Amino acid sequence: MENNLSSSDDLKTIRKIMEESSRFLSLSGLSGIFAGLFAIAGAFVAWFFILHKGTIQYDDVLSSLYGNSSSLPGWQLIADALVVLVLSLLFSLWFSARRARKAGRILWTPVTKRLLVNFSVPLITGGLFVIILLIENHSELVIPGLLVFYGLALLNAGKFTYGEVFYLGLLEIITGLISAVLFKYGIWFWVFGFGALHIVYGLIMYRRYER
Amino acid sequence: MKDLISGLNKIFDNRIRLGIMSVLMVNDSYDFNSLKQTLDVTDGNLASHLKTLEEKNMIRVNKQFIGKKPNTSYSVTDEGRQAFRHHLKILEELIKGQ
Repeated sequence: MENNLSSSDDLKTIRKIMEESSRFLSLSGLSGIFAGLFAIAGAFVAWFFILHKGTIQYDDVLSSLYGNSSSLPGWQLIADALVVLVLSLLFSLWFSARRARKAGRILWTPVTKRLLVNFSVPLITGGLFVIILLIENHSELVIPGLLVFYGLALLNAGKFTYGEVFYLGLLEIITGLISAVLFKYGIWFWVFGFGALHIVYGLIMYRRYER
Repeated sequence: MKDLISGLNKIFDNRIRLGIMSVLMVNDSYDFNSLKQTLDVTDGNLASHLKTLEEKNMIRVNKQFIGKKPNTSYSVTDEGRQAFRHHLKILEELIKGQ
């Protein structure tokens, strides 16, 4: 009897160690919620202050970066997007550190490193690709490009954290592909892909693992 | 039941060695310091259990240098993987027979 007890204990310990050493479990749903809110706030700023309530198309603004007309709104749009990106990353880091501390886990482990490499390579590739799109004057594909590459990055990172991240990636890719066809509505796909999807994902994750 | 228990590998009857094997089963390789943090054990304790596992040919030691700092990492051998899988199977059977 004593042996049975210890073998089920052993198995529990083994499973726990295997899971914790092969997956990054400090990712917080709150990161998703905040990334979504920042994305929507960014779109709001773009819509009301840069695109004059949609009377100007975002891709026209971006195309003017190298044109004769004023390039300022184009740079404002890029700055807006970068602020959203940086805020989302910073908050995500902060929430992860907080969750790791609460759970008594270490934030920086070999699996964290692997997660970051697998996430960054597609993401940086996407960033460079989008810069090329801007230079080559295909700015209508900027938002589809961001969504697709971000989705690929999540899909790749999903192997090293919660499985739900993989499915969020799939949804971002699908959103990106559809937005490439309906590129005139790019900003709405931004709101859906980077805003709504993140918030829904974050709420699900928070309720599932952090309450 | 007696047969099952005798089938359990003596090498894995220690919590720390069990922990080391669990980490190495799901990671291609893992370095000393990360193992120490993951398992929350002291240097000496971890080193002695790693040595036991190495002597029994359950794990492999890879010594490397990152810049000037020595970096020792460990990975599971084929033999170790087989032995550990067998050990897990018996643990599961023991629970089922409860």
